[in-house]
Amino acid sequence: MFRRINEKIIESCIKLSGLLVIIFVFLIFLFLLKDSISLFGQYPIGQFLFGRNWLPISEPPKFGIVPLLLGSIYVTIGAIVICVPFGVAAAMFIAEVAPGYLKHVLKSLIEILASIPSVVLGFIGIVWLGPFLRNTFGLKTGMCGLTGSLLLAFMALPTIISICEDALVGVPRTYKEAAFGLGATHWQTLWRIILPAASSGIIAAVMLGIGRVIGETMVVMMVTGNAPVIPKSILEPLRTLTATIAGEMGETVGGSEHYFALFAVGVVLFIITFMINLVADVCMRRAKK
Amino acid sequence: MNAARIRQKIAFLVLAIATLLIVIPILLTIFYIVKNGISAVTWTFITQSPRNGMKEGGIFPAIVGTIVLVIGTMLFSLPVGVLSAIYLVEYAKDNFFTRLVKLSVVNLSGIPSIIYGLFGFTLFVLLMKLGTSILAGSLTLAIMSLPVIITATKEALESVPFSFREISFSLGATKWQTIRYCVLPYAIPGILTGTVLSLSRAAGETAPILFTVAAFYLPRLPRSVFDQVMALPYHLYTISTQVPNMPMELSFATGFVLIALVFIMNLVSIILRAHYRKKKLW
Amino acid sequence: MKQETIIKTVGLNCCYGSLCVLKDVNLEIYKNEILGIIGPANSGKTTFLRALNKLNYLNSSYSQKGDIYFSNESIKNIGENILRRKIGIIFALPQVLPVSIFDNVAYGPKVHGVTGKNTISQVVENALKKAYLWDEVKDRLNEPAVRLSGGQQQRLCIARTLAVEPDVILYDEPCSGLDPISTAKVEDAMQQLKESYTQILVTNNTKQAARVTERCVFLLMGEVIEVGETDALFTEPQDKRTDDYITGRFG
Repeated sequence: MFRRINEKIIESCIKLSGLLVIIFVFLIFLFLLKDSISLFGQYPIGQFLFGRNWLPISEPPKFGIVPLLLGSIYVTIGAIVICVPFGVAAAMFIAEVAPGYLKHVLKSLIEILASIPSVVLGFIGIVWLGPFLRNTFGLKTGMCGLTGSLLLAFMALPTIISICEDALVGVPRTYKEAAFGLGATHWQTLWRIILPAASSGIIAAVMLGIGRVIGETMVVMMVTGNAPVIPKSILEPLRTLTATIAGEMGETVGGSEHYFALFAVGVVLFIITFMINLVADVCMRRAKK
Repeated sequence: MNAARIRQKIAFLVLAIATLLIVIPILLTIFYIVKNGISAVTWTFITQSPRNGMKEGGIFPAIVGTIVLVIGTMLFSLPVGVLSAIYLVEYAKDNFFTRLVKLSVVNLSGIPSIIYGLFGFTLFVLLMKLGTSILAGSLTLAIMSLPVIITATKEALESVPFSFREISFSLGATKWQTIRYCVLPYAIPGILTGTVLSLSRAAGETAPILFTVAAFYLPRLPRSVFDQVMALPYHLYTISTQVPNMPMELSFATGFVLIALVFIMNLVSIILRAHYRKKKLW
Repeated sequence: MKQETIIKTVGLNCCYGSLCVLKDVNLEIYKNEILGIIGPANSGKTTFLRALNKLNYLNSSYSQKGDIYFSNESIKNIGENILRRKIGIIFALPQVLPVSIFDNVAYGPKVHGVTGKNTISQVVENALKKAYLWDEVKDRLNEPAVRLSGGQQQRLCIARTLAVEPDVILYDEPCSGLDPISTAKVEDAMQQLKESYTQILVTNNTKQAARVTERCVFLLMGEVIEVGETDALFTEPQDKRTDDYITGRFG
């Protein structure tokens, strides 16, 4: 009898925990929304979304997120352009070419990369990569979008490699055997049959990589120069959505326009990553079929 | 050798080179930090507080702070994560609510860390009036760690053979008895591995603790869960961006200690995984 | 002597999703008998067995119509965990928990609240003796159960079921994975248990049914074709389909 009551309590806790996860997602969005709506009472939403000047301390302050949005986009595109080819290539190598022991070594190394904290990579960007790029390309400063893109590409590689590898390994063996039976070489099979068959998984990997890159804060805050202006090229300092929130939050007064504006930036960021993850999830679902 | 085989050799070579170009920077990165930092990682460095505006002394409070935050994160994320996973695997029916829960887990894992920081700030620091504290920081990191723990627990539970549950039910055990005696004990290795992994990530995170707990300079150790603490990732961030004329060896040493801490935790998780795989009970 | 009915099914229909595997089954099972259920594969024999102790509900697509009565009470009113203690089941392939022989048998009693090291040891010993396994394992009770042979594991399963003191024991093709000697040992145990337990044996092996059971039910495609005393059923079946199956023309 006593045991029965005990069990009922435990089972309620279990069901509550499942509920809690849903509650957290909603709460996060709600909190962001609540404080950013306070902004749009005083500041027109159109100027927020399409304004080309982010000047929170000018009189009157301007909260246009276009420079920040472009900063995030530049840095993301730069990173993806580098890490997708390398990531897919490495995934192909690990999944199909590398012999057993080498596979383990490589996967361990990728796991090591995945565990390096972002602030450490940011640190390396400041002390080595930034100066290196400045000297090599004769830039005015090494704290620019390119430095960020390179480091972000490095950071996103484990995500892309592991999901692509799963996708490649998940292609049914019968495809491979059929191709070999017809006389194709390993490479021909890989390039023409396995890779296309794994395409949903690879797209999912790319989307998750994009999501990871857009959401990264510390690396971009430390190496991209923190200049909230519309960047003319990736070789100039810029500012991302994430770095804006992290960098300016400490300087705002609670309840001020600036404070609410940062939450509004958070909402934009949340929506963007939400959409990206939704697409990635759909692709993963399709890949598992 | 025909054309197709030549093309294959070239293609595989390209793939190998691409992989090498990834692997070499990984090794160089580790090597770079270790080489430049290890000379400054002395016993005093690890056990003393920073002095002279961080330019001298050690990082002891930051190490303690990180460890405290990791423990706090585990205390909050482990129970909720494991119970949620138990719900998903053992209780959930195939309906809309279950799909919503699974979708929420996926969403939580894709949220940028700075958004967690904002959320933690609004909910824990402001609304619940916890102030910037160990409590607020741990709760924030815990929510961030949930997806990893839930996923790892879920996989561990699903890997327990169904026959165990069937045997237990057929002998007249209730659902919770079955989970507690016939499923959970065999899922513990997977749960443990996943937990240590998620905690190693929490140890290295900066963005969620920026507004919820991190202190720039706090030489004394925390006295209660409502205190702020220093933390290794935040410390590395501040000394590399906000302290002028910072001696390089100390910065590298801080990075070295942070990487070492994260690596040790990862190693523990790997060792656990290997140990339990050897003991394979079924 | 009129036999007492211990289980009765009335209009039992069992379906998995849209596939119905048992149609309108009306059967009475008498106390302390050994009832056989025979029929070709996919006739619904296993489904019938598992319906008796609500084990089919572990499958989320399962639905059931009609009633089952255990000791004159509808099992809809009996809690699953209580019902399953009273009606135990032995599965086709021996399934043991990855713990010691002793702990396998002790699991059931512990779950039902039996405490005390001595009490549990006694319960385990009695159960192993009734299952004809005690002599073979009494010196190695703490060894992992997975090290036993197939036949020993199956008798271990019988022992663990006996340890919770059921009234009915269900057997779902228990000897299908066993060699003839182990099979004989299991059948011997069943004969000895007849005094205290009601047993229902599902089997694909008509010769085993002829050896062990007293009454038999012939199931074909989810329907009860014929029920009768084993000897009579096997020598003079009333229905042609029964005759065809027993003589091996199909199945």
